[in-house]
Amino acid sequence: MALLTLSDVRVRYGSVEALHGIDLTVDEGEIVTILGANGAGKSTTLLSISGLVRPASGEILFDGKPLLRLPSHEVVGLGIAQAPEGRRVFGAMSVLENLRLGAFSIRDKERSERTLEWIFDLFPRLQERKGQLAGTLSGGEQQMLAIGRALMAEPRLLLLDEPSLGLAPLLVRSIFDTVRAINQRGVTVLLVEQNARAALKLATRGYVLEVGRVVREDTAANLLADAAVREAYLGG
Amino acid sequence: MEQFFQQLLNGLAVGGIYALVALGYTMVYGVLKLINFAHGDLFTIGAYLGLTLLASWNLAGVLPPAVAVLAVFVMVGLLVALIGVLLERAAYRPLRGANRLSAVVSALGASIFFENAIMLIYGARVYVYPDFLRPDFTVDLFGVSVPGVRLLILGASVALMLALSAFIQRTRMGAAIRATAIDPGAARLMGINVDRVIALVFLIGPGLGGMAGLMVGIYYGQIDFTMGWSYGLKAFTAAILGGIGNIPGAMLGGLLLGVTEALAAGYVAMAWKDAVAFLVLILILIIRPTGILGERTADKL
Repeated sequence: MALLTLSDVRVRYGSVEALHGIDLTVDEGEIVTILGANGAGKSTTLLSISGLVRPASGEILFDGKPLLRLPSHEVVGLGIAQAPEGRRVFGAMSVLENLRLGAFSIRDKERSERTLEWIFDLFPRLQERKGQLAGTLSGGEQQMLAIGRALMAEPRLLLLDEPSLGLAPLLVRSIFDTVRAINQRGVTVLLVEQNARAALKLATRGYVLEVGRVVREDTAANLLADAAVREAYLGG
Repeated sequence: MEQFFQQLLNGLAVGGIYALVALGYTMVYGVLKLINFAHGDLFTIGAYLGLTLLASWNLAGVLPPAVAVLAVFVMVGLLVALIGVLLERAAYRPLRGANRLSAVVSALGASIFFENAIMLIYGARVYVYPDFLRPDFTVDLFGVSVPGVRLLILGASVALMLALSAFIQRTRMGAAIRATAIDPGAARLMGINVDRVIALVFLIGPGLGGMAGLMVGIYYGQIDFTMGWSYGLKAFTAAILGGIGNIPGAMLGGLLLGVTEALAAGYVAMAWKDAVAFLVLILILIIRPTGILGERTADKL
């Protein structure tokens, strides 16, 4: 059974429809990527899953439970965490405080400490800077923090929105390697990316969004080989 | 020198009261980006509830005055906190999705409602606090004889501010309040129930404001139903002075404004007290609109 299912999800911003009925599934253990240009509705899709944007109609099921009417803090409690677009770390708070806030829904303090150790293993940089204010970190470090903070919620499904945005190529590779390592620990990943090549190399399957619609869905290998996708998203 | 010291302590005592009220403005602004114009009236309600509890309940007759005052402090804090939460539920939460101007109008309406409700219930006359409640001992400080009530008021407000700081800085819910003030959307992604955080802020702010109202009653001995307007405006000035949305800023702004006012009253003329306070507001808005501590930390994109 699919871990996450979106069926005919429609989102309106005022009178403009941003998503015209999205269908999408993610199976347990997968890395699925959503590709598309700016304004295709990728972030809106992730925000709908987290409950920060309210779809006008459609259905979102996580592990069989409907999410559509759930307040966003309860979505986190069910096991869905998001590292949002633009990272949105709490700049005036320390790295460690940011990470602890990620575990806001976790009652078991001892388990949280173990998760924290794991995150410091994944991103040793965060451990070095744990006392520093998040707003003073570099872009790459803020991205690590955003991912680490999401992992503190011990999610079954991790939503990543443009983790490579604005990062140097070397850093992008290191972040994507870490995403693979996270996935190998049993966390399912739904990844929104503009860097289509890197995303497809990492993912098992991919969806292509165009102006609020899914126009392609296939295995990552097929999408990488596809002429039309290469033309539109991989720079020929 | 003695006059300076007396005015300084007086300014700190009044400033502590301003700071407690300013905290309510600044915390609500922090999480909702809304000026709660009804906050000054919650402060007035605190002063009146304190009087009612002390007088009609005859607590002071049953308990030793010090214990009675302490008990009334706690009760006033809790009752005004409850009114604050109800205010948020009734006047602000239904407008959460609406534009900010609607919430401002609702805040003004709530303020008018409270002020008139107090006038209807208590009448428009000035009320006098029972003066046996006012501690009348003096303390010898560096050779200057200081009224004990001044030190108690200052001590109480400092204690409340320290308790609030510890709560905000060291607890899980305190961190949730700070996170919500920085980015409510991201806070929700952390699993924080933002509605509950807002309710908590409307519990703490009015609670402190209500206790400040009671302090004014005890310190000055008299209250009236319009006091929320003048104190509210002063406290609002203090919040701007320190940097609106900034909790240490509200504390610092309150104390600074109190001292400035007291020194102006002592060295210029009593009549210039309010003029100086608002001159401070105008100057800060011209020179440093973000307030003393109101610098936003740079968020890199």
